[in-house]
Amino acid sequence: MKILVCISNVPDTTTKIRFTDNDTKFDAAGVQWIINPWDELALTRALELKEGSGGAIEKISVINVGSKDTEPTLRKALAIGADDAIRIDAEPQDAYFVASQLAEYLKANPFDIMLCGIDSSDYNGSLVGGMLSELLDLPSVSSVSKINMDGENIILNREIDGGSETLETTVPFVAIVQKGIALEPRIPSMRGIMMARKKPLEVKPAVETEALTEFAGFELPPPKAKCKMVDAENVNELVELLHNEAKVI
Amino acid sequence: MSLLVYTENWDGKFKKLSFELITYARKVADQLGTEVSVVSIGNVADDELLKLGSYGADKILKVEDDRLNVLINRAYSSIITQVADNINADIVLFAHNFSGKAIAPRVAVKLKAGAVTGVTNVPSSLDPFTVKKMVFTNKAYADVIVKSSKKVLTLFQNSLGVEENPKPAAIEVFTPKLDDDDFKTKVTETKKITGKVLLTDAEVVVSGGRGMKNPDNWKPLEELAEVLGAATACSRPVSDEGWRPHEEHVGQTGKIIAPNLYFALGISGAIQHLGGVSSSKHIVAVNTDKDAPIFESADYGIVGDVHKVLPELVSKIKELKASQG
Ligand SMILES: Cc1cc2nc3c(=O)[nH]c(=O)nc-3n(C[C@H](O)[C@H](O)[C@H](O)COP(=O)(O)OP(=O)(O)OC[C@H]3O[C@@H](n4cnc5c(N)ncnc54)[C@H](O)[C@@H]3O)c2cc1C
Ligand SMILES: Nc1ncnc2c1ncn2[C@@H]1O[C@H](COP(=O)(O)O)[C@@H](O)[C@H]1O
Repeated sequence: MKILVCISNVPDTTTKIRFTDNDTKFDAAGVQWIINPWDELALTRALELKEGSGGAIEKISVINVGSKDTEPTLRKALAIGADDAIRIDAEPQDAYFVASQLAEYLKANPFDIMLCGIDSSDYNGSLVGGMLSELLDLPSVSSVSKINMDGENIILNREIDGGSETLETTVPFVAIVQKGIALEPRIPSMRGIMMARKKPLEVKPAVETEALTEFAGFELPPPKAKCKMVDAENVNELVELLHNEAKVI
Repeated sequence: MSLLVYTENWDGKFKKLSFELITYARKVADQLGTEVSVVSIGNVADDELLKLGSYGADKILKVEDDRLNVLINRAYSSIITQVADNINADIVLFAHNFSGKAIAPRVAVKLKAGAVTGVTNVPSSLDPFTVKKMVFTNKAYADVIVKSSKKVLTLFQNSLGVEENPKPAAIEVFTPKLDDDDFKTKVTETKKITGKVLLTDAEVVVSGGRGMKNPDNWKPLEELAEVLGAATACSRPVSDEGWRPHEEHVGQTGKIIAPNLYFALGISGAIQHLGGVSSSKHIVAVNTDKDAPIFESADYGIVGDVHKVLPELVSKIKELKASQG
């Protein structure tokens, strides 16, 4: 069995967001790039499953649609423990474009389990995983918070509004994962970093596809009005403000 | 030219979220000069379906099938696409919640529609079709152009509110074609949290951070939530420590919420925390540290010890509620 983890390359979560070119482009100057947090957890869980599978899972691969600039992020995934990496050489244009690139590759190189995150922390699309499953005409399970294997059987948990569900599905399938999938992301060891340099990172040309959406411009939220401070000895004043001014209680 | 909304039901009932979606759909349909059709999947009584008419739905297509009482992504997206094709819908609208995120991308591919998720406003232009959405986890907004003739949108919660706009809605039964392949995933167990206000529904959310010091201190926080009919939430370290259940964790890696009122009690206001809550309409912060970053995002603040302020707050709000009868 083979597992693929789709990796989105995103700015570090503490990045101060700025735009350039008349607010039409994200300002990448000085930005640290990381593996999208969900994808990092997905990779961690994939490795745990492989280690516990007694050889049934033979390989964990990672894939990214991106320019050469994303290679350090893929190398980090290799250092964490992925066996090999694929980069599809194209600047991501929109979710449909990215999912189409992934689907073309996967039609020729099938995997049993494909893991995507619930969203990329940059453009918050929440689209690529679902689109990929549809392009491959496979089952998908979204908001997955646990994946376990019991022999051949795959058991998933997903969060729903006000609860959770346990599901079973057939392979191949796409799981779109979120909080809970692994507790902490695995950190690369020194040995992992050394080994990552020698692991295969294959670059594939992009296929011809179109993007269906485009960003016209960006804006930052308007600055917040100054916080009204209330004295700790006068809690009643806060209650009155919430009642009479904000009218929220 | 037509517009289709998918709204889910919760044990046969709709929620405020459903009415907000219809309100939004009505506004967009009026811009386009078209109708609002709704597809409902699963067993919902007709009088419940007709409630959607109060917010501007013209036509309700219901699909009932016992296999569809739980969400199966493939089956649901197939049904919604069949309805969209049948009424020739140009725009298909979902909520930006668990089910919307699960189905919208599949429907978008089937219709070859450009998709925009987490939309916060009605289109600012119809040609080119342009909508606003949240990006960088609440840190910025983007205007997105959809170039394809068909469009799929998911609406960010609590963006526009609910407005009544009664229409004499008509209910029709829709019978989709489904095959066994659509049911390859099977739900074997469902666990529901009962007797609590759900975080994603709540108008008011009371949230505690590490400044609460230990899990035994949550009583007054729960009491505050109870007097306000609020949901309880927490910061990530609090759920990581196991002080509170995981489903309460809000922030970039937890739930993203947008209530009318958010109480941040003993929460420092880290950027990843704010990512989940900064769309709240009003934020109240209580923190011992006057320089805590949460005060930059709050509307009302108290510099003080949460263990002293919280009981006081509960008793004053109880007095207010009592005086209102
Ligand atoms: C990739 C990534 C993702 C993350 N995602 C999230 C997320 O989704 N959600 C999230 O919350 N965090 C997230 N974090 C963690 C985040 O960076 C902060 O560490 C976290 O939010 C801090 O939680 P806190 O405010 O409860 O605790 P602290 O930062 O420890 O703050 C406690 C606050 O309580 C105050 N305090 C202390 N005693 C009292 C008292 N008696 N009365 C009143 N105030 C008191 C202190 O002054 C302090 O401001 C993430 C981090 C990373 C790296
Ligand atoms: N450029 C990309 N290359 C590979 N996988 C991606 C890419 N963009 C997004 N993904 C995957 O899709 C998930 C959701 O991304 P998005 O739809 O962009 O929010 C991410 O967590 C990744 O698993």
